[in-house]
Amino acid sequence: MARNKEGLVLLIDVSPSMHSVLPEIQKVCSLLIQKKLVYSKYDEVGVVVFGTKDTKNDLTAEVGGYEHVTVLQPIKVVDGDLVDVVQQLPRGTVPGDFMDAIVVGMDLLIKKFQETIKGKKRICLITNAMYPIKDPYEGTKEDQVLTLAEQMAVHGMKIDCIIYRGNQKRDPHENNVIEKNDMLLSIFSKKTKAKAVHVESSTSLLGALRTRNVTPVTTYRGDLEISSTFKIKVWVYKKTSEERFPTLKKYSDNAPSTDKFATHEIKLDYEYKIVQDPSKVVPPEQRIKGYRYGPQVIPISSAELDAVKFRPEKSVKLLGFTNASNIMRHYYMKDVNIFIADPGNKKAILAVSALVRAMKEMNKVAILRCVWRQGQSNVVIGVLTPNVSDNNNIADSFYFNVLPFAEDVREFQFPSFSSLPVSLQPSPEQQEAADKLVMMLDLAPAGKEEFLRPEFTPNPVLERFYHHLELKSKHPDTAVPPLDESLKRITEPDPEVISKTKLVIDDFRRHFELKENPKLKKSTRRLLKDKSSGSYENQSTDLIASTSEVKVETLGDLTTVSDFEAMISRRDSPEWVSKAIFAMKNKIFDLVENSFEGDNYPKALECLIALRKACVVEQEPKQFNNFLSHVCRFCKETNLSSFCEFLASKDVTFITKTEAEDSEIEEKDARSLFVKAEPSS
Amino acid sequence: MDMDPDDVFRDDEDDPENDLLQDRQSSKELVVFLVDASPKMFNITCPGEDQENTSHFHVAVSCIAQSLKVQIINRPYDEIAICFFNTREKKNLQDLNGVYVFNVAEREYLDSLTARFIKEFDRVEESFSKVIGSQYGIVPGSRDNSLYNAIWVAQALLRKGSAKTADKRILLLTNEDDPFGSIKGVTKLDMTRTTLQRAKDAQDLGIAIELLPLSRPNEEFNVSLFYADLIGLDGDELAQFMPLAGERFEDMNKQLRKRMFKKRRVRRISFMIPGGLSIELNTYALIRPSVPGKVTWLDSVTNLPLKAERSLICADTGAIVKEANKRFQTYKNKDITFTTDELSEIKRVSTGNLRLLGFKPLSCLKDYHNLKPSLFVCPSDEEVMGSTCIFIALYRSMIRLKRFAVAFYGSSSRPQLVALVAQEEIIDGGGQIEPPGMHIIYLPYSDDIRPIEELHADTSGVPLATDDQIQKAAALVKRVDLKDFSVCQFSNPALQSHYALVQAMALDEDEMPEITDETLPDEEGMARPGIAKALEEFKICVYGENYEEEDEKANNVGKKRKQITEEAVNKAAYYDWGKLADDGKLKDLTVQELKTYLTANKLTVAGKKEVLINRILTHMGK
Repeated sequence: MARNKEGLVLLIDVSPSMHSVLPEIQKVCSLLIQKKLVYSKYDEVGVVVFGTKDTKNDLTAEVGGYEHVTVLQPIKVVDGDLVDVVQQLPRGTVPGDFMDAIVVGMDLLIKKFQETIKGKKRICLITNAMYPIKDPYEGTKEDQVLTLAEQMAVHGMKIDCIIYRGNQKRDPHENNVIEKNDMLLSIFSKKTKAKAVHVESSTSLLGALRTRNVTPVTTYRGDLEISSTFKIKVWVYKKTSEERFPTLKKYSDNAPSTDKFATHEIKLDYEYKIVQDPSKVVPPEQRIKGYRYGPQVIPISSAELDAVKFRPEKSVKLLGFTNASNIMRHYYMKDVNIFIADPGNKKAILAVSALVRAMKEMNKVAILRCVWRQGQSNVVIGVLTPNVSDNNNIADSFYFNVLPFAEDVREFQFPSFSSLPVSLQPSPEQQEAADKLVMMLDLAPAGKEEFLRPEFTPNPVLERFYHHLELKSKHPDTAVPPLDESLKRITEPDPEVISKTKLVIDDFRRHFELKENPKLKKSTRRLLKDKSSGSYENQSTDLIASTSEVKVETLGDLTTVSDFEAMISRRDSPEWVSKAIFAMKNKIFDLVENSFEGDNYPKALECLIALRKACVVEQEPKQFNNFLSHVCRFCKETNLSSFCEFLASKDVTFITKTEAEDSEIEEKDARSLFVKAEPSS
Repeated sequence: MDMDPDDVFRDDEDDPENDLLQDRQSSKELVVFLVDASPKMFNITCPGEDQENTSHFHVAVSCIAQSLKVQIINRPYDEIAICFFNTREKKNLQDLNGVYVFNVAEREYLDSLTARFIKEFDRVEESFSKVIGSQYGIVPGSRDNSLYNAIWVAQALLRKGSAKTADKRILLLTNEDDPFGSIKGVTKLDMTRTTLQRAKDAQDLGIAIELLPLSRPNEEFNVSLFYADLIGLDGDELAQFMPLAGERFEDMNKQLRKRMFKKRRVRRISFMIPGGLSIELNTYALIRPSVPGKVTWLDSVTNLPLKAERSLICADTGAIVKEANKRFQTYKNKDITFTTDELSEIKRVSTGNLRLLGFKPLSCLKDYHNLKPSLFVCPSDEEVMGSTCIFIALYRSMIRLKRFAVAFYGSSSRPQLVALVAQEEIIDGGGQIEPPGMHIIYLPYSDDIRPIEELHADTSGVPLATDDQIQKAAALVKRVDLKDFSVCQFSNPALQSHYALVQAMALDEDEMPEITDETLPDEEGMARPGIAKALEEFKICVYGENYEEEDEKANNVGKKRKQITEEAVNKAAYYDWGKLADDGKLKDLTVQELKTYLTANKLTVAGKKEVLINRILTHMGK
């Protein structure tokens, strides 16, 4: 069980210049420990902070020095307390020395594990490396780092450095320090397994620390057959694999609360019954698989299936090379594999390297036929793309993507854009506005960190789940926490990027016009879905047509309120009241849901007030009251709570009993909706 | 997005992408095959596959039989009828002379295909002369017009189903280019006129009439004699008709078994562009792995279909639980429970839809940024007018500037960061190869990407290929070039052999249809001197001359295994296994000891002790 246990020391820089991102660091570290609690609960973790006023570590007592380095938590098996420790990191007051911290971290690991768990010892340093480190007693700083790195290699330690660079301005002196420090940190990778990543935003800081350690296993080890006479020994791993939402077990609260050993699990039991005669139960082993053939179902026993099953031999064979442009990106079918040469086979590494570099230069890809395991009942056709390594310590490799078979492609036809009527095509001015938007709304600005690089983008759903899990472990009734600001930059446009490109965005918006299709309006369609199509008969195609002449059946975009008033006062059918209310509700929803930074709120309010008025007149208070609470609940659930605040500020209230007799809301409760929301937040 | 106002609050756990695999009966084809059965069709005239002469009738019938077998898998809802004309016997609802509708019991004339129908049709030639018989239907002196009758019968059959939901076709197979050639004078004019009128009536009812002509080796089928008028050909069409008809025959014989899907959008989404514009897009699944159809479980005794009933049982009390709307995760030795509402709330990190976040150059999209098949999007003005215009503008800019869009797709099952890659339309040979639009590519998150490259990093540096080696590799790459490679040129051998098995079982065929595995490399091509030379040069360049030795080293693993087996044989010889088994003393041995027997006898050594003992007993036949 504990065979793969990892020993990890977190070295966290808490000096003043780090304070702004400590909340993110706390989050990502607690996520790391939480995932360990769920997936690898035998792992051991220690926490060291540096840049603190106080000093607390063994080395300072033993040999002196190492000031301002505090061991917050000696290495121990992960538990709930550890989560609390990393969630309440102290704010330091002095510049920290990361080199001292590394030594303290190494000392912790060596004392705790000595020669055991080789290769599973890891130091994770999170710092901005802004302050110069102390000069060693003897030799240069470079020598010191080299010695440390050698020691790490001897003890089988890895070091991951996450270097945070906010985008604040720096003076030249600081830049010098930073360059020097970066150079020092890069020395580690020469002697031991080390990785340094630089991040510039709090969002990528959340993604930079690998929070889940999965021991990689090979999918295939064996020959890559270039031909029947020429083979290269390769290992194949998964390069990407979706980290899934944890599978939660079904919970049963049937067990008496006194039962301390209750598992609370729910077992699934399947019974197979004959469709025509559900009283007959068939035991599972008496079942046989049936496959459709026309209207019939053909029973085929597993023995028969086995006897003629397609069983290719385990092998990975080259079919040939082709131009990279022949394989379009959207044909990639699955998660990605990586082919590396057998790490112990120098000649294989050479052969792969030669091919990778030749293919890269010629812009070619290879097509392979793969059967990963003996007994596998299908073959995989895929494309091998070269991956040239830019690091002397890392060998060249290939990425492998699965391609579709002829059966997997559906040949649907779509109209050519060029053959569409001119009215649907953009004008040169519109095209120019679009060009500007595509160019300027840039997530990969030159000389800066690429925004939302998949490598540094955390999964917001999982972050939120673990956050909630931790909250619930303390207070079981905690509501789902709102999405963190740093995570919102993943699900919504970054306000900073937007504000920088506001002119371009506004220009784009001005150039295009959107309107609802007058022939088929959303609200109408929803409303009349089940009614006969006859109701479209005398509908006007002109949006702004005078409401007095044409009988209004739908709510326009520009004239929503007047359309609504006209519609609700139609007396040719009693249905119009409910239809109008229904349509108006949809409209309000659309407005709120599609608003950008509240730009639709005033309009939504206008509609809401009209709806309220009408509901009083028509004595339909429940329609309005229920809707209002729906909207508010919806907004709170979807991060639109600013709308609720907006409503509260405009004093929109429930319809009370005094206004309409059917209402269940007393006068005093009219504002209850918004009052309730306050204390909980 | 499609939503009821009430739906806004409903939890939509079920991902609509899942039911893509279940095709629906949305539109179907109704086809009537009209097969000429005149004696002329039986004149042995054309060289068959194995160089032996076969009749046109045989060619026509076996071609239909072949296409039926494909059709029942590809489009099981289509309805088919097969009519022979110029027959001795008659069988049709109108009781017209010279027309015989082929059918089997428990099936309407025009109905979906059944195994029995296909099976009987496979054997139709055996009993043809006895049951149906061949006879000219258009002879001088008679007022009968079998071609006219045949079209009439076909048209009557196709009265079924509305023209809106079904494609209706008549496929006419004949080798007679001048059906009224034997008639003279007014009668001929009259017959030609009425027949053409009949065909026109059918076409006016939305029935397409197609002709599959069979030519004799020395005498090409002359379409202009009569049929050009019947199917309405003129000018260029006429000139191209014969070559195209030849291809169609080929196609019918060589069709791939592939389930067809009706073009259907996955869902309608709105694409939100910063600044408050929100346009309407339709998404389509163009590429999805095909699976061998849904398995229906049957009772092996009665072959009646089964349904599975699931019941939830509380593990603590054994009571049946009605609904489980709470889930739990064990965390810090506690069971932390979540309601299903809370879980869907956690997953709702964005208000649905697709939100544009920005653009990046295409070089930022790496080959390993992929998780699952892409989704195709194209714009729609159905609800929001102006969507198409905005979409095309962005699409053209993205292609020109070589950039892709990054967006957040807030689906309820797995909200994900996606790349939108614009794809230009590609047309080749009159067909659309790639439709214009954008492909949604699902991007991985940081924890989905594994740093495998670094796993075997070597601090002492790794060997790098020399320029010479790279050049030799380049020469090889150039040689082994798949010039016209197109994605999906291969059919899936596993799927094809599955279909073949189902067909063989359904039709009681003795032999499995042969499936060729197209995915195997071209060994002959690789052995061509040029390629072989390039291969050898590259091989020597990286491996050196004494490559074979290394190969032997690799065999050491095999040697080691052999050694282990030998040891096991020796050790196993200490025990009297038969006696131990008889006395029931096997259980007193250790697992290690038991394994010696298994290794010595080349059995698997996996499993618990009981399993091992059972395996030994089985092996000894006890």
